[in-house]
Amino acid sequence: MAEQKKMAIIATKGTLDWAYPPFILASTAAALGYEVQIFWTFYGLQCLKKDLKLQVTSLGNPGMPMPMPMPVLIQALPGMQGMMTSMMKAKMKKKGVASVEELRELCVEADVKMVACQMTVDLFEMNPSDFIDGVEFGGAATFFEFAGEADITLYI
Amino acid sequence: MANFDQELDASGLNCPLPILRAKKTLAGMEAGQTLRIVATDPGSVKDFEAFAKQTGNELLESGEEGGKFVFMIKKA
Repeated sequence: MAEQKKMAIIATKGTLDWAYPPFILASTAAALGYEVQIFWTFYGLQCLKKDLKLQVTSLGNPGMPMPMPMPVLIQALPGMQGMMTSMMKAKMKKKGVASVEELRELCVEADVKMVACQMTVDLFEMNPSDFIDGVEFGGAATFFEFAGEADITLYI
Repeated sequence: MANFDQELDASGLNCPLPILRAKKTLAGMEAGQTLRIVATDPGSVKDFEAFAKQTGNELLESGEEGGKFVFMIKKA
């Protein structure tokens, strides 16, 4: 058998919508036989928390489809972000899209290696015990050690 | 209808769940056995072709039945 293919991902975003690409691609690549490592840095670290509180917002994102046209100042009102997050989750459930929790669980089951950026953890004074089990900590050099041999490298 | 060893109903599930469930089901099967998968995600048609090509499991059949997509995969 040929040598196992590898995929390296840098995941930098911590919103509900942007949590999907790294988890979808990592779980699928693992199912296709890839060895996968995700380097979580900056806001991406939110995706590693045991208790996920990811939210979605249309602010600064004019591409987000809205059920009705809404002026930006209305979108910025208190409670709107929570409402948009609930609506997005309900829509995803209705369409048979997996939850972030479910996809993350599938990644963990498939031995996708999660590396948390030590510098960002320190910068934001995050508590490593808030993260799911199995997370490793490292820096840029740690990423290159794996990415240097990867067949696919993505920055998300 | 052709014979199969196991069946997976992935109806209502969206990308990438049909592929992930299929992979999991295949992992518990013997080489040479066939898995029948029923899905409603239109993207699964191309995805199962790609899955078979990359994993070496053979896609024996890919078709539509009663508005759903049906695949037959033989485990390598």
